[in-house]
Amino acid sequence: MPLILSDEQTMLRDSARSFLMDQSPVSALRQLRDSADATGFSRSLWQKFAEMGFTGMLVPEPLGGLGLGHVEAGVVMAQIGHQLCASPLLASSLVAVTALRQAGTPAQQQQWLPRLASGQAIATLAVDELAKHRPSGFATSARVDGDGAGDGWVIDGAKTLVLDGHVADLLIVAATLTDGGAGLFLVEPRTAGVQIERTVMVDAHNAARVTLQGVRVGADALLGGPDAGTSTAALSAALDVGRAGAAAELLGLADEVFDRTVQYLKDRRQFGKAIGEFQALQHRAAHLYTELEITRAALLKAQQALDADIRRAGAAVAVAKARAGRTATLAVQEAVQMHGGMGMTDAFEIGFFMKRARVLQELWGDTNFHLDALARRRGY
Amino acid sequence: MATIPVQNTAPHRGEIAAKTGAASAAPDATPELAAFREQTRAWLVDHCPAEMRRPMTSEDDACWGGRNFKFSSSAQQQWLQTMAARGWTVPTWPTAYGGGGLSGEQAKILAQEMRTLQCRSPLQSFGIWMLGPALLKFGSEAQKLEHLPKIARGEIRWCQGYSEPNAGSDLASLATQAEDCGDHFIVNGQKIWTSYADLADWIFCLVRTDSAKKHTGISFVLFDMASRGVSTRPILLISGKSPFCETFFDNVRVDKANLIGQPGAGWDVAKHLLAHEREMIGSIGDRSAARPLGQQAAAAIGLDASGRLADAMLRAQIAEFEADEAAFRLAMERAGDLGRAAQGHPAMSSMLKYYGAELNKRRWELMMAVGGANALEWQSERSRDGATARTWLRTKANSIEGGTSEVQLNIIAKRILELPS
Repeated sequence: MPLILSDEQTMLRDSARSFLMDQSPVSALRQLRDSADATGFSRSLWQKFAEMGFTGMLVPEPLGGLGLGHVEAGVVMAQIGHQLCASPLLASSLVAVTALRQAGTPAQQQQWLPRLASGQAIATLAVDELAKHRPSGFATSARVDGDGAGDGWVIDGAKTLVLDGHVADLLIVAATLTDGGAGLFLVEPRTAGVQIERTVMVDAHNAARVTLQGVRVGADALLGGPDAGTSTAALSAALDVGRAGAAAELLGLADEVFDRTVQYLKDRRQFGKAIGEFQALQHRAAHLYTELEITRAALLKAQQALDADIRRAGAAVAVAKARAGRTATLAVQEAVQMHGGMGMTDAFEIGFFMKRARVLQELWGDTNFHLDALARRRGY
Repeated sequence: MATIPVQNTAPHRGEIAAKTGAASAAPDATPELAAFREQTRAWLVDHCPAEMRRPMTSEDDACWGGRNFKFSSSAQQQWLQTMAARGWTVPTWPTAYGGGGLSGEQAKILAQEMRTLQCRSPLQSFGIWMLGPALLKFGSEAQKLEHLPKIARGEIRWCQGYSEPNAGSDLASLATQAEDCGDHFIVNGQKIWTSYADLADWIFCLVRTDSAKKHTGISFVLFDMASRGVSTRPILLISGKSPFCETFFDNVRVDKANLIGQPGAGWDVAKHLLAHEREMIGSIGDRSAARPLGQQAAAAIGLDASGRLADAMLRAQIAEFEADEAAFRLAMERAGDLGRAAQGHPAMSSMLKYYGAELNKRRWELMMAVGGANALEWQSERSRDGATARTWLRTKANSIEGGTSEVQLNIIAKRILELPS
């Protein structure tokens, strides 16, 4: 499969780009932040996302979605990155949808996927518990409630970095089962024992800490049904989709700051010339360009690998997420630096990109996490 | 300077469009191409000697051809002749010039099948990689007919006369003079970094025909290395023996029939050729044949109680390298795909050369670290005469030869990013 976008994918990219530039440029994020918006994203924009089909990208057509793939999802996430558009798209339309498709029974999928596809409902995965991502050995636990068949579960634990946790209609909680496996539980936020604390983060996007104390859920709350057992593979696939989506957003924001920086090098004059004439800056810009292009190839490969077999894309996704985190970190660093004093002002938009990049780095494993995972895969 | 690949297996030749990562498992685009693949595979199985299907183990296994070439075996000679007869030493060249007349797609299939069957390349040749494309674009019909078939058959071995002691990165400042004497030139001067000048039959050379103009005073000429007045001296590198030479021209007579293109148009010919050289060196970053570094480290250093490399810091560096190496291979593949779809930027080869060269230096720094004390040996059978250390040192030139990393960054900045001068 050639590592280039098809004509349809290119058209999707162009229409997503103009839509988002028009509907949700960086100033929209600034506005959400400055007004301390209670929701943290624009409901009317979300409605438009649904109309554009973004919310249903990965949902199969019979269940109300567009049945597109991960290249398409990545194309949209990249444009989200260009505009720093805050929305539940990554958490709900990519990750939660995948968890449901990978682990859910037909009935569970039927219950939730059409509503997620239409944007009517928002779902999110609650997996992390520690400062660093570690998707196994969860302290959050689920034990059988009662002693007969048809009994539900009792969940106890605490989750962190739950994206869009405070606006979600559905939490998909990863918990350790009594036999040691990891189960994914459908928990509605209003269930007794669930406490959600919205966390205001450096990038002005939504996340929450969730505590679960003696939370009782029905037997059908376990994804895959009461006898499903562990959903480790399904969770892994959902996380890989999240990682690839985050990597796409990282590369999109890196491309955006790079373009703005190169333009600045051409516009800004000091010492009687455009600062872009100075070779030191030319070389750093050229080096950054190279890193962006190398990462771009790795990202497209990861997206195609997910399309080919969502459960066997782990290595490609690890390379993409590791590279995207490092490349974006370099890009935003160089962007702030090369914009001089201006880059340090809040009035200037460049700083927003640096903040978002930091959060995306941390999502579902940073560069170090994925390089270590790669090493382990390869036997060292 | 013309360069040679660092390791023993030379990269497959052809445009960057013909280079791919692993052989494609996808079906061929048309039934005709699928049939071609089958025929090609059958022909290779029938005609490639068994010895030529084993990996090269030393430089002696490389076939460079030429008037004075000593074949290391009859199988090596036979393979060259067989492939040359079919035009498959230069698959995409027109048949009139000794080529196979294959399309780009067919050539890619041939390369894949050769890789799958582990058939060695029948001929290493600067004539194929660099001069040929230049002749095809700039040469007269007579010049093409004179030189290309001999290149294709491996009868004439070529070297490249570009760099001079005072003209490296600033190649256009070259000073080797060609005095116009009617039907011939008289050439005086010196070249440096001429690979295999001491073994080559002919040289393609940049000379100055007009001292008043810089770029437009350069001409591209060909002449016999056996001509009177030509002498060579090998250059010893920090890594030991090398194919590089200094080449001296003392009143060398060059027929005007061997002037390629117009006088003063040599720089255009040179630039065309340099882009091809850049692709060749860039592919050095792609060492698909080599055993993964992490596994080599595990074997050399050992694992700790939890099955992880028993050197945590080195493990992290290797993981970082392997991720970059994987991504670079994909970037090379993508560049080929973009080229085929007519979406690539011509300066992309600079980006790949830059990254590939730096990646290879990193690779060999890590190889030395993995080897530890054993890699420090310089002379012994155990160390294969210091092979690891010599290769490590040789790679330092990757970011210098074929246009320094700094020059590549200049090109990216100016041609792709359009930053001001």
